[in-house]
Amino acid sequence: MPPHPSLPLGQPVLCAQHLCKRYEMGEVVVDALRDVSLDLHAGELLVLLGASGSGKSTLLNILGGLDVASSGSLHFRDRCLSSASTHELTQYRRDHVGFVFQFYNLISSLTARENVALVTDIARSPMRPEDALALVGLEARMNHFPAQLSGGEQQRVAIARAIAKRPQILLCDEPTGALDARTGRLVLGVLEQVNRETGTSTAIITHNAAIGAIGDSVVRMSSGEIVERVRNPARMAVEHIEW
Amino acid sequence: MVSRAVPFAARLRLLVLHRKLLRECWHMKGQLLSIALVVATGIMTVVTMRGSYEALVDAQQRYYNQMRFADVWSSLRRAPDAVLEQIERIPGVALADVRVSLLATLDLEGVDAPAQGRFVSLPETGRPVLNDLLLTRGRLVAPGAPDEVVISEKFALARGLQPGDTLRAIINGRARTLEVVGMAISPEHSYAVPPGSLLPEDERYGILWMGRRALGPAYDMDGAFNEAFVKLAPGANELEVIARLNEVLAPYGGFGAYPRRDQASHMMLQGELDQNRVMGTAMPAIFLGVAVFLLHLVLGRLITTQRGEIAVLKAFGYRDWEVGRHFLQFAVLAVLLGAAIGTVGGWYLGGAYIGIYRQYFDLPGLEYRLSPALLLLALGVSVAGACSGALGAVRKAVALPPAEAMRPEPPARFEPGPFERLGLGRLLPSAGRMILRNVERKPLQAFFSSLGVAFSTAILIIGLFMYDGVLHMIDLQFRQIQREDITVSFLQNVSGAARHELARLEGVTRVETYRIAPARLRHGHYSRETAIQGMEPDGELRRIVTAGGRVQRLPAEGLVLSRILAERLHVQVGDVLSVEMLEGRRQTTSAPVVGIIDDFLGVSAYMALPALHRLSGEEDVISGAYLGVISAQQQTLYRELKQVPAVAGVASPVSMLASFEREMASNIFISVGFLVGFASVIAVGVIYNGARIALSERGRELASLRVMGFHRREVAVLLLGEQGLVTLFAIPLGGVIGYALAWLMVSSLQTDTFRIPYVITAQTFLSAALVTVLAAALSALAVRRRLDSMDLISVLKTRE
Repeated sequence: MPPHPSLPLGQPVLCAQHLCKRYEMGEVVVDALRDVSLDLHAGELLVLLGASGSGKSTLLNILGGLDVASSGSLHFRDRCLSSASTHELTQYRRDHVGFVFQFYNLISSLTARENVALVTDIARSPMRPEDALALVGLEARMNHFPAQLSGGEQQRVAIARAIAKRPQILLCDEPTGALDARTGRLVLGVLEQVNRETGTSTAIITHNAAIGAIGDSVVRMSSGEIVERVRNPARMAVEHIEW
Repeated sequence: MVSRAVPFAARLRLLVLHRKLLRECWHMKGQLLSIALVVATGIMTVVTMRGSYEALVDAQQRYYNQMRFADVWSSLRRAPDAVLEQIERIPGVALADVRVSLLATLDLEGVDAPAQGRFVSLPETGRPVLNDLLLTRGRLVAPGAPDEVVISEKFALARGLQPGDTLRAIINGRARTLEVVGMAISPEHSYAVPPGSLLPEDERYGILWMGRRALGPAYDMDGAFNEAFVKLAPGANELEVIARLNEVLAPYGGFGAYPRRDQASHMMLQGELDQNRVMGTAMPAIFLGVAVFLLHLVLGRLITTQRGEIAVLKAFGYRDWEVGRHFLQFAVLAVLLGAAIGTVGGWYLGGAYIGIYRQYFDLPGLEYRLSPALLLLALGVSVAGACSGALGAVRKAVALPPAEAMRPEPPARFEPGPFERLGLGRLLPSAGRMILRNVERKPLQAFFSSLGVAFSTAILIIGLFMYDGVLHMIDLQFRQIQREDITVSFLQNVSGAARHELARLEGVTRVETYRIAPARLRHGHYSRETAIQGMEPDGELRRIVTAGGRVQRLPAEGLVLSRILAERLHVQVGDVLSVEMLEGRRQTTSAPVVGIIDDFLGVSAYMALPALHRLSGEEDVISGAYLGVISAQQQTLYRELKQVPAVAGVASPVSMLASFEREMASNIFISVGFLVGFASVIAVGVIYNGARIALSERGRELASLRVMGFHRREVAVLLLGEQGLVTLFAIPLGGVIGYALAWLMVSSLQTDTFRIPYVITAQTFLSAALVTVLAAALSALAVRRRLDSMDLISVLKTRE
């Protein structure tokens, strides 16, 4: 597959300014994020790199409305999320954000199609669950339960579930962390393809530096700070990544 | 090799495991407590009910022995004292005694209605051979003293009488002033019901013991007696003694001897004791059953979440039994905690429970005692039950090889259940399918959960239905059968002409006369002494009403029997009974059974008055009358009737009903309170634990749904829907169990005195369902709070 040129930057969808996150655990104070500013643009595929404890998950949680920053501001388009209530954050996640987790987190009592339908049931203008599953190449395994699917298949169901509601933002936390190299490539390929075909702004968190090459931009974090921002001239095709 | 030489290390190791146990218990304190409460309630019911049962039986036996309570009882018209020797000679008789006993009107200050006293003779010297009395204050009557009486304690308390006070009685038409010299109790009068009434009325009915010489002449009983008692020799044949006693007393107007079990006070007490024994066995069994199930559930889950830790312990060299014991200790801890709460609670409740019994039955020396043997038994059963519940789960944990146990448990396997295979699944939204599949995946667990909750509904139904039954019975008795304003009973039968005199009294609007005729009914080799009630065939005030509320017209000829009497005599409508009248000419004739009615109080045989007269070969005689009275003139009428020497008593169904309903109202709150508490403990125990386990099993799934934008309410529905389904299924199931248990109770608690009607109102069922739903909802709410405060990020970070 030829490499795709990085897209020209569109409008920022998410805009984070001077985010700080401080955890106080008894007498120990941990600064998980220190003055992080970051934009996620429309259609962009962003890869967040960093070692364990670098603050990348904390950042992703705040961007996804799962957590709130101790200071700084976060805007989704023109809506301020820094001061949103729990209920508003839930609504934000419900309407605009898709999540993909390291351990898939599928509902074991529902089939692949039903897992996707669970989300499309509450979405405003979702795809048909069958279409979402076709997009990740799983139309033939729709009626299987999670226990009957391989790890890679389960993760692809999770991606279908995340994109079926046509979110503006797709956040993936170590989506290949539990997979072997071959399956990991397959899943990354699906994420890249979805980003390309649906134009969903996508952020992938990983500790695997090689994955950075598939993104439009790469942000490297360490000790709660952004230490490097790189804009790739072109996205590398997934099958060329050295795992 | 670890040898016996290092006990310290072993001790230290155990200490660490104990610490782990304690911390886990603290972590699961809600679940531990809810199980402990179920165990506590089980032990509490054992300690309270079984404990009071033992205390009551013990007190009853001691009291009966001390008072030489008779085994066989008989009353008769009049026999000379010499007949006593004949009675003593009957084979199987160890002791015999005779006495004079009669009803007389008491003229009490401040009571318009005539009150009644049962006068019982005391020997001039010494104590009665049988049926002694226990003096609680004052002294016995002095030999030969003509006007001294000892009165029953309850009557004294109700009337505020004390030794030294006087009261007036109309004995044999003569007013006499009697001096109270003492107060006493006796087992035969512990439940003193005046004739014609259904309940004790201590305000207007008392027992008065008087010297034989003082009482004898009053009713022409000098040198004669009208009551005889027998104490059986060990191994004696009761039926034979009764038959012989009847033979001996027949020439003297014997009304038929009966065994102790038909004696009114004994029957009431024994009925209570029987009920206590049944409940004291059934209730703890239900609670322990639920506790076993809960322990199984919770421990099973605890062990599943600790697979890895079990593997590590075993990898370090812990033996299987050490690991197993560690988890069993959780069960034992729950039981011990429950036992502690249950013992203290049961001890306290038992005291209160016995206090209630003391109000109704005066049993001297009745004290609640907690017997260590009983407590040990309850504890042993609980520990055994809990351990057996936990054992299955523990065995599973111990059997796991360490290497396998260290791997996470494979994901739960699901498949469409029977409901969906029928194609009905498409009707459900995803959430509904999720709930349904969770239930279908562990159908046994869901069934037992439902069964547990069903018992909570059932307990409420059987508790509340007793009141339904009693209220139904009361309504039937006082509003449909006894519609008279006043019941007048005469000291002895009088001419039917008395009805005209009654009708002339001011305020009387209607008079219906009745006759009570003691008789022995025989059918084949079955026989039964009873009283035939002769009633006016077209009576409006007193009617025969069946259980279904239908008014039964009294046919011109033949007998209408209570179903229980018909069953005892093995007769059906159309059969002919031999009737031996036990008063008047005492002739034996026969009468057909023309009707059988389902009724709830007493054992009755009804007959139209003219037919009864023909049967007994007597002219128009009556025992009393039912009066319709203008209510404004009722008090004046009472005062007037009080002056009539022939009148033994005047009863008012309305006042009887009022006192009954007062008593019911005070009792209902206490017992319903307990029932609601007991039922809630079960419902909370099952639902709370079920929901907590579901939360721990599916917390991760639910957290990911929250991340994906599901609101708290939506996620709560997914978690608690399963418990909702369990509760929904439990309520009709509980209805079925409750109805069945109620039926069992109705059929096992059938006595001659009363039968509980099998009536369960919709309100009872709805109240039971409501309490169960509320208890379940509260438990669900407690778990929902946990769900709401779930830390989404940390739940998602860790892999199980």
